[in-house]
Amino acid sequence: MRTDFAFVGVMLVTAALLMGVALIAAALLRPKKPNKAKLSTYECGMETVGDTWVQFRVQYYVLALVFVVFDIEAILLFPIAVAFNSLTFFAVANVILFIVVLLIALLYAWRKGALDWE
Amino acid sequence: MNPINDLLKILSDFVAGIVSGIFAFSPFLADLVTMGLAAVILCTFAALSFMGLTYVERKVVARIQDRLGPNQAGPFGLLQPIADGIKMFTKEDTTPANADRWVYNLAPLVIAIFALTTYAVLPFAPGVVGTNLNVGVFYLIAIGSGSIVAILMAGWGSNNKYALLGAFRTVAQLVGYEVPMLLNVLPVVMMAGSMSLVDIINKQTTLDGNPGIPFIVFFPLSALVFLISGIAETGRSPFDLLEAESEIVAGFHVEYSGMKFALFFLGEYVNALAVAFVFSTFFLGGYAGPILPPYVWLLLKAALIFFIFMWLRGTLPRIRIDQMHNLNWKFFVPVSIVHLVVVMALMKLFVTDPAQAEAFGGILVAPIVQAVILFVASMTVLLVSLAIAARRARVLRLQEEAILEQRRAENLAAARA
Repeated sequence: MRTDFAFVGVMLVTAALLMGVALIAAALLRPKKPNKAKLSTYECGMETVGDTWVQFRVQYYVLALVFVVFDIEAILLFPIAVAFNSLTFFAVANVILFIVVLLIALLYAWRKGALDWE
Repeated sequence: MNPINDLLKILSDFVAGIVSGIFAFSPFLADLVTMGLAAVILCTFAALSFMGLTYVERKVVARIQDRLGPNQAGPFGLLQPIADGIKMFTKEDTTPANADRWVYNLAPLVIAIFALTTYAVLPFAPGVVGTNLNVGVFYLIAIGSGSIVAILMAGWGSNNKYALLGAFRTVAQLVGYEVPMLLNVLPVVMMAGSMSLVDIINKQTTLDGNPGIPFIVFFPLSALVFLISGIAETGRSPFDLLEAESEIVAGFHVEYSGMKFALFFLGEYVNALAVAFVFSTFFLGGYAGPILPPYVWLLLKAALIFFIFMWLRGTLPRIRIDQMHNLNWKFFVPVSIVHLVVVMALMKLFVTDPAQAEAFGGILVAPIVQAVILFVASMTVLLVSLAIAARRARVLRLQEEAILEQRRAENLAAARA
């Protein structure tokens, strides 16, 4: 069990090392002659105007909220799915009720226009 | 053991034997070195398959579009990936003066690491798997979301308006398509009774090791939605809004060049291949297959899925952002939830295990009968939902046409007056 997850750690470190070596090798091989024009922000030849890090559309926020609800629903359902064969009829009926309540929530969000993209 | 069928297993046992011989004084060190070797092999496999796939994809898409594709470097252009690699290594790489240096430079590393780490749980042949995690499905989904973080890092760190717009779109898309993906893995996990990928494959083989009924027969709707969400998750055409050239140039990686750009590319291809492997494992029975060795079967299945990816890329135009969100939130998610409820009810009603029928009631049926029942139910949900969607689309199209007709009449009247 412990060694199962140890491999994930080893894999992360190995991938980081290999990709880091690739980046460092490229940094040693490539030419490096920066000038002001090269280092400017790319915008089809225009000088960039104003700040990039501004407020973004509220629509993204609404979608993220809906996403969080359904992601957590799915994560709650995974342990139930693993134990599905040892559940009673009553338990499955409860789970279905839970899913149906969330389906109604999705329909509500839909009706309210949270899912519309204009 | 059959020497051809278990080639990978024999080789890995052989190497593990040598390593434990060398590091006989410390079992801990021997374990560490064995794991390190396995990790290096998996990463190398992923990186090499990335090089091969760029060539294959360019050739296949070129043939679909009636072109030749790369044919200058070496015979049939086979050395093209090498030439690309040399170029990537020696190309000048600039960090924009206004960029957030740390975030900007770390983003390609993060996406490549997360893409390579998915391969840790993929089973390639019986007994040949990086690590057989008991939460393998969870692990895949968690690591798969890592690329979202990297893309947001790249878009934000570049301090470029195109890059930031691309990152916003990508995050909304990737985050959204995770929901149908999760909801459609659930039937597979229910059927296998485990989140381990090896158990999922074992459930799709009969007890004597022959291929059983693959899960695509039980849940065709899940397979279809999982495949399309998988394409959207990896940001491939027709869901490549993140790099819509005509609108936002190259999206989140507009400021990157050289090796850093190559790492983004690697992340994309390695993720796409991982989706092909995962789809083969979940729905096509993984490495199970007759006559041919198991690893050949897995590669064949993954190649078939990847060919479908390339085919779609060569055929379909890019969809609009509102179409992309509508397809996800107004079609995939509700349909997947209804499908999940139907599957749950049917799987409790018709059971194949006598002990379970004894304990909870339910109708005892043969596995093949259960497969037929679930197939019919899944197909019914799919066809009914498609019919509803088609009818709704027709209504919307007629409305739109009526508005256009009215406008045309008004314009005509205005022109006459």
